[in-house]
Amino acid sequence: MFDVAVIGCGITGAAVACALARREVSVVVLEAENDVAMGTTKANSAILHAGYDPEPGTRMAKWNVRGAALAKELCEALDVPRKQIGSLVLAFTDEEVPHLEKLLANGIANGVEGLRILTAQEVAEMEPHLAPVKAALYAPSAAIVNPWEYAIALAENAVENGAQVRLSSAVTGAERTEQGWLLHTKTGDVEARFVVNAAGVRAGEVHEMAAPRSFETHPCRGEYYLLDKCEGTRVSHVIFQCPNKLGKGVLVSPTVHGNLIVGPNADDANSVANTASGLAFVAETARKSVPDVDLRQNIRNFAGVRANTDQSDFIFGFAAPGFLDLAGMKSPGLTAAPAAAEDAVRVLEEAGLDAPAKADPVTTRRKIRFRELSDEERAKLTAERPEYGRVICRCETITEGEIIDACREVIPPCSIDGVKRRAGSGMGRCQGGFCGPRVMEILSRECGLDPLAIPQDGTGSYILTGHTKEGGTRHE
Amino acid sequence: MSEKVYDVVVVGGGPAGLAAALSAKENGAESVLILERDHELGGILNQCIHSGFGLQWFKEELTGPEYAGRFIAQLEGTGIETALDTMVLSLDAQTHTVHAVSRTEGFRSIRGRAIVLAMGCRERTRGAIGTPGMRCSGVFTAGTAQRYVNMEGYMVGRRVLILGSGDIGLIMARRMTLEGAKVLACVEVMPYSGGLARNIAQCLDDFGIPLYLSHTIVDIQGDRRVERAVVAQVDEHRRPIPGTEITFDCDTILLSVGLIPENELTRGAGVEIDARTNGAVVRENMETESEGVFACGNVLHVHDLVDYVTAESRRAGAAAAAYARGERAEGGEITLKNGAGIGYTVPQRVRVQNCEKGVDVFFRVRAVYDGDLRIAAYSGGERIAAFRRTHLAPGEMERVTLPRAILEKAGEEITLCVEEGAT
Repeated sequence: MFDVAVIGCGITGAAVACALARREVSVVVLEAENDVAMGTTKANSAILHAGYDPEPGTRMAKWNVRGAALAKELCEALDVPRKQIGSLVLAFTDEEVPHLEKLLANGIANGVEGLRILTAQEVAEMEPHLAPVKAALYAPSAAIVNPWEYAIALAENAVENGAQVRLSSAVTGAERTEQGWLLHTKTGDVEARFVVNAAGVRAGEVHEMAAPRSFETHPCRGEYYLLDKCEGTRVSHVIFQCPNKLGKGVLVSPTVHGNLIVGPNADDANSVANTASGLAFVAETARKSVPDVDLRQNIRNFAGVRANTDQSDFIFGFAAPGFLDLAGMKSPGLTAAPAAAEDAVRVLEEAGLDAPAKADPVTTRRKIRFRELSDEERAKLTAERPEYGRVICRCETITEGEIIDACREVIPPCSIDGVKRRAGSGMGRCQGGFCGPRVMEILSRECGLDPLAIPQDGTGSYILTGHTKEGGTRHE
Repeated sequence: MSEKVYDVVVVGGGPAGLAAALSAKENGAESVLILERDHELGGILNQCIHSGFGLQWFKEELTGPEYAGRFIAQLEGTGIETALDTMVLSLDAQTHTVHAVSRTEGFRSIRGRAIVLAMGCRERTRGAIGTPGMRCSGVFTAGTAQRYVNMEGYMVGRRVLILGSGDIGLIMARRMTLEGAKVLACVEVMPYSGGLARNIAQCLDDFGIPLYLSHTIVDIQGDRRVERAVVAQVDEHRRPIPGTEITFDCDTILLSVGLIPENELTRGAGVEIDARTNGAVVRENMETESEGVFACGNVLHVHDLVDYVTAESRRAGAAAAAYARGERAEGGEITLKNGAGIGYTVPQRVRVQNCEKGVDVFFRVRAVYDGDLRIAAYSGGERIAAFRRTHLAPGEMERVTLPRAILEKAGEEITLCVEEGAT
């Protein structure tokens, strides 16, 4: 019997688990996939929004601004790549300028600091590659982040503080018991006094295991381009266009890895497939902001699904006694997550969860990132630990030492992309073409996995189909 | 961080680096160092276990490892040093210093009087061509699949579709078939193949694998692993034509959609790059616009045959040795320009005084031509040379030799172009 079972280990579930595990609370996280951060968390714009978009007074407004502040502390403490580069919302016409004023007013009401409307000339000086604008809203507190590393860091911090994370454990049913809830999962039953539903796009399904339907999920796909680092300095802030009813529109932004991200569109689809029409729309719309963005430097397209619902705000409340929904975590869900977790802990305590703070929880994490070291630090590190002298991923300069570190994390990877999300290998322009076989070899060795059983990413995404005619003799 | 100064430091131990290092040594360089990122010399040849290498250079048919092996064997007794499993992280083109890291030596700086860049190329990926659909597993670049099959001993699929008719894709069509996979088709977006004619015959035709020209993949389907690929015909602007879709039930897609010279080090050092080749701009002796920095092989431009890599790299090595002993090329430069039908030239610039007999100009054409053809050279509006051809194709590298006498007649520019039905 656990105190709390968290369903879903994307950014929201990970943040809740992290917050709970710093209390004297037993926590289990049930994740359907073979790794954490596998849904919307790994396929989004990777922005920590400043907080001028949501309507004042909403939960979204509160969590956005509070979440952005908490993210700054958490990313610092847990060594998650985050850069506060600021954002610009562009007004191309006089008609759009009032939108900026509305956003400015929202932002001030929401408590966003430093907001200011810039003149066309100021914008041109800050961002020489932009199309001519009438004005722009500048939000210096907007930041970019590595979203999956953020979620992994939170989940691993939870584990460091005693939480259990059960992978490949999709919840298939929930029953109310005298003490709380009995959850049926793909890897067995789990009992918990409280349940937190953080199942992302599937939060509606999970809700309906415990209570009648009270909201409808409208999954909404967004497609992206990720451009080579040679385009990574095309802009130096997050560049938005004026938002419309479909969302914040197509943005162009540097990433924490030094690439340029371009997207998303918005269409009603619960699919992560890219479409020719969706990508064409993204390309055309992005060029409206940044006419000379060179999409021929694309290294990867991807798509993510927003957990939109029929409600404009995030959904937060008890679906049934002891069964707390954290649903509809659409944008700015990534930013909101730690604030949502804070409130989740509070309402669970109000509902009877005994959760005194731990005396001395783990609150920090440090990673070695070879490519960020100075020459002197590289010389020192490789002299002491030779495994950091062998470069495995040549595009991103990721060393064997870093891949071994990834394999030895408290939530170890079981796939090539799991290593990628932890170490950064295969993120670059060759997209793992060179390093894939070498990463497979190290992952196989470090985690004791048969190469034939190592997937590219989720369960079923197998890479190898068997031995060659003579290859088997070598391996058996 | 000790600093030893070599006469010539060669970055890359594939066919280009090996030939450059050996040639540098033969031409008087006293100390030569090859820096190789893999754990053995030979580069990509090590996974090219098919034959067809060496017909030009050795006048015999060798496999990739055999071709590389000939040069590796020649290293013995030369005193050429090699550093394996060593990755060069950056280059300072002014001081000729490379910063490298390895498991055994850690991080170090190495200086060369001359530097030869021979890092080879990498494959274009799905991202580069923007193929829509799911991002399921089972989509490999042909070279990655080749590594798994030929080096690691693993199969990567059972029912295979090849996108692109580059040579590695064609070779892998045959290889996968021989290993028991069913290769359903090879799909090429252009109206002609990007590979060598002999590979079309030996790797597709001989195995009854259909080649769909002017077709491309418009959708990749499959939840976790590729399950289907939808192929459509394209119009003359390479746009898919609705209604021409064919669905292939396949679990694997191999991409052979072009190679890109791997010049991140070169760019980082500020060496001038030619947007047409994606390689450095070089002069007649393979010297880049950064003095004492030379480039050769596939890092300079993508070659069709390794034999030509060897020839080019020997020129680079000899020139690097000459530079290391203080010889400097002087005199005015002629710029080679690309006229009608010419995709690029290497070299891009020629110092006539540095050309003993003339200069070999390598180039690729932009389309397939057949008939009575000329490669013509113009300078100052006047045709100064013409070379007869009957067939030209983008998949095959071309070469003409401009004799010194012709170069001396030229002005500051020479424009090469393809002329059809010319006399």
